[in-house]
Amino acid sequence: MSARDLFIQAIYLAASVLFILGLKSLSHPDKARLGMQQAAVGMVLAIVGTLFHHEIVRFDLVAVALILGSVIGYPLGMFVPMTAMPQRIAISHMFGALAATLVGVAEYRMHGAAIPRSTMAALGFEVLFGGLTVTGSFMAFGKLQELITGTPVTYRGQNAVNITLFGVAIVMFLSLIFNPGNATVFYGMIGLALLLGIFMVLPIGGADMPVVVSLLNSYAGLASSATGFVIENNVLIICGALDGASGFLLSILMSKAMNRSFGNVLFGAFGSPPAIAAGEKPKDLTVSSVSAEDAAMRMAYAGEVIVVPGYGMAVAQAQHVVRELADLLEKRGVTVKYAIHPVAGRMPGHMNVLLAEANVPYDRLYDMEQINSEFPQADVALVIGANDVVNPAARSDPSSPIYGMPILDVDRAKGVIVLKRSMNPGFAGIENALFYSPNTSMLFGDAKSSLTRLVSEVKAL
Amino acid sequence: MTPIGVVELYVFVLAAFVGYQVITRVPPLLHTPLMSATNAISGISLVGSLVLAGANRDSVSNWLGFIAVTAATINVVGGFLITDRMLKMFRRQPKLPPGGEIEKKGGGAGR
Repeated sequence: MSARDLFIQAIYLAASVLFILGLKSLSHPDKARLGMQQAAVGMVLAIVGTLFHHEIVRFDLVAVALILGSVIGYPLGMFVPMTAMPQRIAISHMFGALAATLVGVAEYRMHGAAIPRSTMAALGFEVLFGGLTVTGSFMAFGKLQELITGTPVTYRGQNAVNITLFGVAIVMFLSLIFNPGNATVFYGMIGLALLLGIFMVLPIGGADMPVVVSLLNSYAGLASSATGFVIENNVLIICGALDGASGFLLSILMSKAMNRSFGNVLFGAFGSPPAIAAGEKPKDLTVSSVSAEDAAMRMAYAGEVIVVPGYGMAVAQAQHVVRELADLLEKRGVTVKYAIHPVAGRMPGHMNVLLAEANVPYDRLYDMEQINSEFPQADVALVIGANDVVNPAARSDPSSPIYGMPILDVDRAKGVIVLKRSMNPGFAGIENALFYSPNTSMLFGDAKSSLTRLVSEVKAL
Repeated sequence: MTPIGVVELYVFVLAAFVGYQVITRVPPLLHTPLMSATNAISGISLVGSLVLAGANRDSVSNWLGFIAVTAATINVVGGFLITDRMLKMFRRQPKLPPGGEIEKKGGGAGR
């Protein structure tokens, strides 16, 4: 190993350490920022070090690409609003996977039939997962950005088609390992992977997006790890493994929070439409609605209010008004806490980011396990645009499609106020008994305008 | 090209293990920044793309490399910036409320 290579390897090692420390710092919000800034330093080191690589003979293309990437990346980092974070994250998986796939294609073009079997296995894995993630992430982005419909697109035999395509891709992958020289099979496999990415995400609805986005995160990581195997670069293997492990772990957490099995996540079979019809509309029950004035009164004279935000809060961009209401209540001596379900919203941690943006201190945000025991003491649970994550059927009704899913025990609060646009059932199409409970009052309307009314009513008291 | 050695497998397995251990400790509070952070870090695929774009093998390779460098740079620049922007927003309560908090240990810099 030449002195130059040794120098580059040392820099890569330092970068790897800084990345791991950066991720470790995310275990505490107070230390996270500094840790990630150090990781960014590690990245700059790695990039600069790479420029010393002996194979790099021309710098014009490299410079233009680096500048172009920065020009596109800067606004994606600085100006994308927090409400658009799910689609922003989804599209970045596409960029990562695209880079990995293209490097894979270039390596194949260069070496072709001379590629050893073990390397071909890694390369096949790289372009298979890379290609799938490129189109899959783009589809997820399209759904979240509402460029295409967010409702599941299903047709007869969909699973059979997907499984067949996947099976064909695997066969092509295996045949490449034994016959790396067959370029038609190689490019055919990439085409199939791109197609699979589209088909895989088509049947998935909005509320399942946290799982999909995590899974694609994992795939993108695994693809870049495979790139590391192909080009014999340890820092790439390490970072891909970190990324893959993170996405994998988040997928598991998300699927647990939706009571879906582990295998269900791994093979992406979560798109199948839920068995509808459980819990048909209870006719004999009535819904009691409440005026903004009464709702404001009940909260203003409460001892403790627990706010339960859901995707409806994100859609209405109501997080700032929520904070305003909470401030007013706190001034009157009411304790206000926030209960965050792991899959509330469209990606892991969605609600936390929105509320943090609205300057809600993070020590007021509680996880499901932390807060569930507190609901019986709460005078009011204020549900803002959440539905399935507070549906008591998940606890009590074995025939319900969401039975077994851990929920926020909102129904155990002394009183519940639900902000909701209409009585339409939530994503899964399941009736929610919470809304018919004698304890529950419904305040109909757009979340933001309802909250604004509540704010002015509390002010008027 | 040389076949993949066992060392690379060691590196992969150990890194995945470290990753799993480290990331298990990230609270749900920071799961979104975690995703953007791992995205930014996975932009390290730049190290492969840069060599490809600069090696001047043929014009197709140059273009593949060019696009790969651009895509990876977007993730690096955008990823680290947005992670920082998000983490900046996570503040604790200026004055700690009296008692009863399920708190993580205090002592954080009250920004």
